[in-house]
Amino acid sequence: MKYDVVIIGGGLSGLVAGITLQKAGKRTAIISTGQNALHFFSGTFESLQEPSQRIKDLFLEAGVRVHYNPGVRLTPMGTFKEAALSLEDIDLFPSEKIGKRVLIVNFQGYHDFFSSFLAEGLEKQGMQCRVRFLNLPELERLQQSPSEMRSVQIARTVDPLWEKVVQEVRLLLKDEDTVILPQVFGLADTSVPGRIRQGIPARVVFAGTLPPSVPGVRTQILLRKRYQLLGGTYLMGDEVVRAHVHEGVVHSVATKNLDSHYVEASEAFILSTGSYFSKGLVANPFRVYEPVFGLDVEYKEDRNAWYNPSFAGDQPYMHFGVKASADLLALKDGEPLQNLYVAGSVLGDTHPEFGSAAGQAIQSALFVADKILGL
Amino acid sequence: MKLQEFTSSKHNFEECMKCTVCTAYCPVLQANPLYPGPKQAGPDGERLRLKDPYFFNKALKYCLNCKRCEVACPSGVAVADLIQAARIRYDHTPPKLRDRMLASTDFMGSLARPFAPLVNFGTGLGISKTLLDATLKIDHRRSFPKYSGRSFEGWLKRHRKEQAAFPEQVAYYHGCYVNYNYPQLGKDLVKVLNALGIGVQLLEKEKCCGIALITNGMSATAKKHADHNVAQLRQAVMDKGLKVVTTSSTCTLTLRDEYPNLLGVDNADVRESILMATRLICEKLEQGAQLKFKADYHKKIAYHVPCHLERLGWGVFSERLLRGIPGVEFYLLDSACCGISGTYGFKKENYETSQAIGEALFSQIRALSPDVVACDCETCKWQIEMSTGFQVMNPISILAEALE
Ligand SMILES: Cc1cc2nc3c(=O)[nH]c(=O)nc-3n(C[C@H](O)[C@H](O)[C@H](O)COP(=O)(O)OP(=O)(O)OC[C@H]3O[C@@H](n4cnc5c(N)ncnc54)[C@H](O)[C@@H]3O)c2cc1C
Ligand code: SF4
Ligand code: SF4
Repeated sequence: MKYDVVIIGGGLSGLVAGITLQKAGKRTAIISTGQNALHFFSGTFESLQEPSQRIKDLFLEAGVRVHYNPGVRLTPMGTFKEAALSLEDIDLFPSEKIGKRVLIVNFQGYHDFFSSFLAEGLEKQGMQCRVRFLNLPELERLQQSPSEMRSVQIARTVDPLWEKVVQEVRLLLKDEDTVILPQVFGLADTSVPGRIRQGIPARVVFAGTLPPSVPGVRTQILLRKRYQLLGGTYLMGDEVVRAHVHEGVVHSVATKNLDSHYVEASEAFILSTGSYFSKGLVANPFRVYEPVFGLDVEYKEDRNAWYNPSFAGDQPYMHFGVKASADLLALKDGEPLQNLYVAGSVLGDTHPEFGSAAGQAIQSALFVADKILGL
Repeated sequence: MKLQEFTSSKHNFEECMKCTVCTAYCPVLQANPLYPGPKQAGPDGERLRLKDPYFFNKALKYCLNCKRCEVACPSGVAVADLIQAARIRYDHTPPKLRDRMLASTDFMGSLARPFAPLVNFGTGLGISKTLLDATLKIDHRRSFPKYSGRSFEGWLKRHRKEQAAFPEQVAYYHGCYVNYNYPQLGKDLVKVLNALGIGVQLLEKEKCCGIALITNGMSATAKKHADHNVAQLRQAVMDKGLKVVTTSSTCTLTLRDEYPNLLGVDNADVRESILMATRLICEKLEQGAQLKFKADYHKKIAYHVPCHLERLGWGVFSERLLRGIPGVEFYLLDSACCGISGTYGFKKENYETSQAIGEALFSQIRALSPDVVACDCETCKWQIEMSTGFQVMNPISILAEALE
């Protein structure tokens, strides 16, 4: 199979590059081993302090509702974190004083939402909290398998019941000015979080749960849909295992599912295989490497210098990444490969000019797409 | 790196990071609360089962074996294989008569075929359906596949000479469905391949791939089928140098992957030569072959990638072929399970789950209102036709229809 551009890795960076290239008329394919880091997404695109109109439009056109309001957001632990560009259901506050009295509502039997941590965290900051549980008969079915009563299952059940949730919360509400609910709304219907906000006479805040992240899964679904509507080919569940590289040019890649049927790109390849979690980088007891092309990786020789013994401290291994030229062409044995670009978290901290986390994924992907388009 | 060889576990289960991604994509977890879900039934459960088989949970039978968990898993854990392997290893309940009947597709087919009009009449009739429901717990709301009066094998044998005249040859593993229920699909394949200058021959004697035997607790019989079929495939691939094409995604996945991964039948020497016909045709077109299509063909097509084709990663070939037909208005349906999963949906205890799972797909089809739904799986076809009323065609049949 032959495409103009072949993208390896279908996470945020692969999708952003794919959408941009398809929109510009290129024929592209994305090959992805499995799902990606968006499934753990907090809902805030980190390190995008001043997102361009282009980034906002990209999301809007995909139906991903975002808002931009530099300030802080509530973490699942009841603390606050700086945040700017976020999904619309993530509230952004000018300061950490989000209310005086807070009602925290969880669903009966749902263990992936830490209502007591939230209350503890908020009370430390002088807010009064009350925790209550909602018992929806529709959710009782899910409780039969408590280990798998997870965010996505709840979301699929409660989305159509949002009016009932509003009614029940109104009954629980006393004199609180703020209500916190788990982030399990709007998986299929993105208007649900907004409707819940309108229906409850208090400020409604959605707080994170354990994975899978419902706002993240929704973002993944919408971006993939947009990419496919633009005509992109998304090969989920396939892994690039080998590449044919000759004299500094990548000719084709081989995948697990397509055996000897090589996938070729006439213009460029993009490596957006993520970090350790997604196996874009692999660490063994001796080295850190990039498994598909064997690209140059920036890391420390001394294994003891990979990590910081203080668990919460800055971890050096998180900065390791694939080396690339200023144009983000991948380096192998010190030389750039002429048609292999690198984007997203596989870069580690080798190119801080693109930011970090989701900001890096988006900005490096746009940069690489522009390079391919000759812009 | 040799290290990997010593650290990898069966079905890769130790690679599980407990990330929960798979649980978001399991169609059963949502519809049937008795099912523990892929993570719990797969890698988490495996850890316990290895300690003590006591931890084997019978609810694993609710798994559809749709493999969607494997497609989603970022860590390469063969979640569904783990679940099916555990059922094979630990579940020693003898299968019920009903399950044995449902599983024996070629046996049922060869018995029923000479009496096709009678069987079709019988299974369509309210009374016998009620009877099946009451005695065998085969749900009375299901419509049954029709049996064809003449087998595909018989037809192709009658055309053996003209097929042998083509310069290039492939062998066709047609499967039970084409042979007994729908020979037309086989004839359509012959038409398309002939148009590309390729003649079609049968394997000397194929048997049912055995997937229904595996999922219904008869893996010993399934293994016999596998041994037989792999020997047949070897004959075609190694002795005659042929590729073996298929038109059913489930048969293909079974021949290629379930044989080595679940039944321990080594097929390494033939595996790469077993191809969905859509893939072979795409390869030919890429190499410059051409198909001539009707000038006035018009069809609005909604394509559903069946779960097992999704796992094979080959939906892209059918999509390409369909998009390439002039006059086709193509829509790719959202990736979702139709809920039938072979014999699963026929069982009374699964009917509700089965229909609930399929609903997202059905409503998307109703909203699109296509002329035809395209799909490479025969059981999806029954399910979608029964549940939506829209006609379902294999992409090969659509190609054949659009050819000049
Ligand atoms: C647990 C976690 C939580 C995070 N939360 C946030 C957050 O809240 N906000 C934020 O701004 N950032 C967050 N990040 C940072 C995150 O890395 C980025 O936000 C961004 O999502 C990374 O996107 P990516 O496309 O570079 O990589 P990924 O999303 O990791 O995607 C890489 C993809 O490549 C595939 N792949 C890998 N190897 C191959 C191969 N050989 N062949 C084919 N496919 C392959 C993988 O399966 C995967 O799907 C988080 C990261 C992690 C790990
Ligand atoms: S997706 Fe894979 S790694 Fe994650 S929990 Fe499921 S099996 Fe484990
Ligand atoms: S194979 Fe399908 S039904 Fe079985 S656990 Fe995986 S996703 Fe669920």
